[in-house]
Amino acid sequence: MTNLVLQTVGISKSFGAIKASRDITLDLRPGEIHALIGPNGAGKSTLIAQIAGGLAPDKGKVLLDGEDVTGLSTAARARRGLGRTFQISALAMEDTVLQNAALGALGARGGPFGMFRPALSDPTLRDVAESALERVGLADHAATRTAELSHGQRRQLEVAVALTLSPKAFVMDEPMAGLGGEGSKAMTGFLDGLRSEAPILLVEHDMDAVFALADRISVLVYGEVIATGSVDEVRANAKVREAYLGEEV
Amino acid sequence: MNREGMLNAAVLLGLISVPLWAWAADEPFIITLTTKAAVLALAGVGLNIALGLGGLVSLGHAAFFGIGGYAMGILASHAQTFDPIMEAPFLIEGTKSMPVIWLVAVIASGLAALAIGALSLRTSGVYFIMITLAFGQMLYFFAISWPAYGGEDGLSIYVRNGFPGLNTLDPIQFYGIVFAILLAVLFLTARLARSPFGLALNAARQSAVRVETVGLSPYRLRLMAFVISGMITGLAGALFADLNRFVSPTMFSWQTSGEIMIFVILGGVARLFGPVVGAVLFILLEHLLGGLSDFWHIYLGLLLLLIVLFARGGVIGLLAGRGVAHD
Repeated sequence: MTNLVLQTVGISKSFGAIKASRDITLDLRPGEIHALIGPNGAGKSTLIAQIAGGLAPDKGKVLLDGEDVTGLSTAARARRGLGRTFQISALAMEDTVLQNAALGALGARGGPFGMFRPALSDPTLRDVAESALERVGLADHAATRTAELSHGQRRQLEVAVALTLSPKAFVMDEPMAGLGGEGSKAMTGFLDGLRSEAPILLVEHDMDAVFALADRISVLVYGEVIATGSVDEVRANAKVREAYLGEEV
Repeated sequence: MNREGMLNAAVLLGLISVPLWAWAADEPFIITLTTKAAVLALAGVGLNIALGLGGLVSLGHAAFFGIGGYAMGILASHAQTFDPIMEAPFLIEGTKSMPVIWLVAVIASGLAALAIGALSLRTSGVYFIMITLAFGQMLYFFAISWPAYGGEDGLSIYVRNGFPGLNTLDPIQFYGIVFAILLAVLFLTARLARSPFGLALNAARQSAVRVETVGLSPYRLRLMAFVISGMITGLAGALFADLNRFVSPTMFSWQTSGEIMIFVILGGVARLFGPVVGAVLFILLEHLLGGLSDFWHIYLGLLLLLIVLFARGGVIGLLAGRGVAHD
């Protein structure tokens, strides 16, 4: 058995009468991109929140690198190697792009904080931050205020911050949203190369990207995984066609 | 130098030249007034670390101001009566030495901030405001009902405490001490804001979830900021007590907390010199308008209203424009 980087075991979560997650078991293998797709309201964000922390499942476990992290905080999971990006950007908007990336580098380095020397003249932070920005193509915007970035650029910055963490696994919530045709293509190429560094659990609506990138796809409908398999298997799956993809495939 | 930098330099120049002029012109009252402004500015600089950098709206900073004040009052009152604070299990005597008093004030207010912060920071928003206010009021009523140190009447210290090599009773020399401390704390605060700690704290204010996602704890960052903030305001409290040679429960009152917050808002939240400008303005208004009417607070209220409505960056924001992100 290959060692699984990330795994959910029978995760269930209800909000009142709504079952947002029903006994979800899925995993992320080394070197793969595992796409999670599903119609709006299928429970993708709820699932991501349970994997990354912030929302505790009613039942089931989340394993990171074989270790049970279900009871750990978001910060503790990040320290153990989970690199998450958000669908709606969660960035320090008043800060510069470089400062946001440096924050990631600071988190990755952990303590000691230092209260005297400027953060950005610390080469151990600055180099990590700058190389991450370079990789996502934001190097020219390092000094820009984050609030002035386009939605697509913010998404790129989200990815850059996750890169600074050198995580064991990425969990990305719609990194293509707002990127436009060109940007989307560039990001697809980038993620394609990234999987060899750390596997990616990818929530994405852009089906071209999903089909181009995914090694495996899981389809989430009404809080339930109705199919997991390769692109072709999922495309051919009758249940998936009926429930979700329709004519799109 | 940008406009904010020039403005800060002008404020510093004013804080140097006005007392020097007053000294030359033999106007000790002006020096005392400037000293008061500098001490209050220091209290505001403390609050600004929590409020401006950390986004923590503490309406209980009078707690630390008061603790600093009482640290001075208790130590000096025992020294002036030659009555030790405690004899068993070991002897602790009072002191009239400023450096020792400052150290005690900073440590005591830091510990208090640790305890108050650890509890208060589990809440946020209006609950945080209320719980910090409640802690401040608890200490206020404690001070009122503590007869050993004057209770409601407060505590008078007859002679100002000493600093090696200086005559602290000379207003200009005492001002020099206060100004040097203010300058040092401003310098450290400026460094802190740009440090890794400042970066993380500032980010936690803007997006707590972002900070968690990179593996840092917003709670711990805020608690550290709250402690540093309380220590500085505590030091200001000790100096304020020394300036007046008097300590009273008023230092703990919620009005004091409110005034410290007014300095920050008036001058500019999160601006390095915001509390300095705010405190100077406050003292000026108190002195000028206070001479016209006992109800000068009405004008202060109007000014504050205008600032909050039309100049969110305070006076500094108004004059120097929007703050630029640090390089």
